Amino acid sequence: MTIKYSNYPDEKGHFGQFGGVFASETLMHCLDELNTAYRKLKTDPDFLAQFNQDLADYVGRPSPLYLAERLTEECDGAKIWLKREDLNHTGAHKINNTVGQILLAKAMGKKRIIAETGAGQHGVATATVCARMGLECVVYMGEVDIQRQAINVYRMKLMGAEVRSVDSGSKTLKDALNEAMRDWVTHVDDTFYIIGTVAGPDPYPQMVRDFNSVIGQEAKKQFADKVGGLPDALVACVGGGSNAMGLFHPFLDDSSVQLYGVEAGGHGVESGQHAASITGGKVGVLHGNRTYVMSDQQGQIIETHSISAGLDYPGVGPEHAFLNESGRANYVTINDGEALAAFHSLTRVEGILPALETSHAVAYGMKLAKSLSPEQNIIINLSGRGDKDVHTIAAIEGVSV
Amino acid sequence: MSLLKTTFEQLEGRKALIPFVTAGYPDPKWTVDIMHELVKNGADVIELGMPFSDPMADGPVIQQASEHAITQGIGIESTIAMVKTFRQTNQTTPVVLMGYLNPVECMGYDQFVAQAKAAGVDALLLVDSPPEESKELLEKLKAQDLEQIFLIAPTTTEARARMICEHAAGFVYYVALKGVTGSADLDSMAVNKDVINIKKYTDLPVAVGFGVKDATSAVAVAEHANAVVIGSALVSLMGACESLESAKQVTGEFIKPIRSALDSL
Repeated sequence: MTIKYSNYPDEKGHFGQFGGVFASETLMHCLDELNTAYRKLKTDPDFLAQFNQDLADYVGRPSPLYLAERLTEECDGAKIWLKREDLNHTGAHKINNTVGQILLAKAMGKKRIIAETGAGQHGVATATVCARMGLECVVYMGEVDIQRQAINVYRMKLMGAEVRSVDSGSKTLKDALNEAMRDWVTHVDDTFYIIGTVAGPDPYPQMVRDFNSVIGQEAKKQFADKVGGLPDALVACVGGGSNAMGLFHPFLDDSSVQLYGVEAGGHGVESGQHAASITGGKVGVLHGNRTYVMSDQQGQIIETHSISAGLDYPGVGPEHAFLNESGRANYVTINDGEALAAFHSLTRVEGILPALETSHAVAYGMKLAKSLSPEQNIIINLSGRGDKDVHTIAAIEGVSV
Repeated sequence: MSLLKTTFEQLEGRKALIPFVTAGYPDPKWTVDIMHELVKNGADVIELGMPFSDPMADGPVIQQASEHAITQGIGIESTIAMVKTFRQTNQTTPVVLMGYLNPVECMGYDQFVAQAKAAGVDALLLVDSPPEESKELLEKLKAQDLEQIFLIAPTTTEARARMICEHAAGFVYYVALKGVTGSADLDSMAVNKDVINIKKYTDLPVAVGFGVKDATSAVAVAEHANAVVIGSALVSLMGACESLESAKQVTGEFIKPIRSALDSL
């Protein structure tokens, strides 16, 4: 039987065995309210018109689909196209989702916005839309991430957001998410929680996906206009998986298009020090949904490792888990060293500095292109720009800036 | 008849006192002795926390206790083992395991139910597994006469409260505030009103927890409830103890006044 992927999730937020609503009872009613409001607004012409106008005039969409000729030449295989989400306002795809969720928050009459962030891109994207709408904004961020993404912390503060350091657990993204959940449960009446990835309890995975689907919708049309037909493969990095889901979703029912989600292999999956939840994790429940998680024998969530803070997360969006189980998408890993090498390649031959997260997709895309023929085409989601990472990269390479 | 049912029936109008302790905190060797000490000083039911790395619904006290217990190697299996030891000398006090779904999921439902049953566990409370997502687990628990405790919160709608009560067993746990465990600012008027409402939907006992910290707050929320749960305040006191003897003493001193205050109602 052919699965009609665009029909998922079901009424209860399930993607096959994955997804769902595994939340504290205190949040159940407000998740219901959010679900009702979202279902109503997602087909509301005025809401969609406002969303599309904001994406055009504020975010700067559509983002270009760029043929990376020199990178293609270097790989000597399939043509490599880059979907330039790095050119969006604030420098990554994350703004697509926050522009959508803030409109929803406004429509629901919420006065206060909270968010979690890992690399800081989602925090910045949230602080940005809050500044624009004049709403109070609190961003939770792990102490470790605050250290390695200092520039983004400062950007958020400049825009009037309060950045709260989280020092529990591994002091990274998952702990920031826990803390944001605790805040939400405490201020459930007036607070809207803008989750930054396709995880969390229903309706977040589908909502964040839908707001990011503009990436895939544009890419599909741009490719048809420039080349005709469909690309052979799509490649995107996967931490929680929002940029990948945004690119993949409009292509899910086009079975000729191969999908590759690239997880963070860290020091190598066999080392145990990685953040590849699908490749190296098992089915479990974390942050409101059933998905692949990285946990030990006793079910404790284990600390992940990746060179990129944005991929350093022990779970993955439930729809990715579903696409993996059904075989529709392929999930592969790229380790720290390969990502770093790809960062340099793209920077050197195309003059584009990708984020470290994105560099994982670039690395796999280059490998894939090499294995394909020149008449084939692949699209790599260039999900974010790398300015925020230059200090990290300089430090790794022993360069003082 | 389940041990919880017997226990609540034998109260004959007295309010039940349900202390919560995190398994393995501050010292794994103390937990079973502390459980006995709680019973000696008037606990009717014990909630034993299964440490989890990402306790989203817990405040800082229980988060830290969980982290500390995990570093000492305490997880779901060692928590169940503690109940087994406790049962060697106590066969009458119900024990409710409280925690999060992932460790149970990781162990496997069948394996969990079998081990918990064999150890003498009476019920399970999972903060992140509402009735809608608990169907399979609930069936497996019921098949072994284990009860799954569900929560009702101040934000729960009437329709949901009815649905939850339909699935509930053992007792219904009313979360007294919007927030995490151990928060302040209980609105006892609102709590009492909500408890009255819950009782319209179920004949099960209603326990009130989250934010109850001493005799005064216990009495304030116990007007219509059948039981009060006290966790963070006790866990916090135990964490400061340097020896089992002092932990036992502190536990007794903490529980006794709450017991007598509840008995004076």
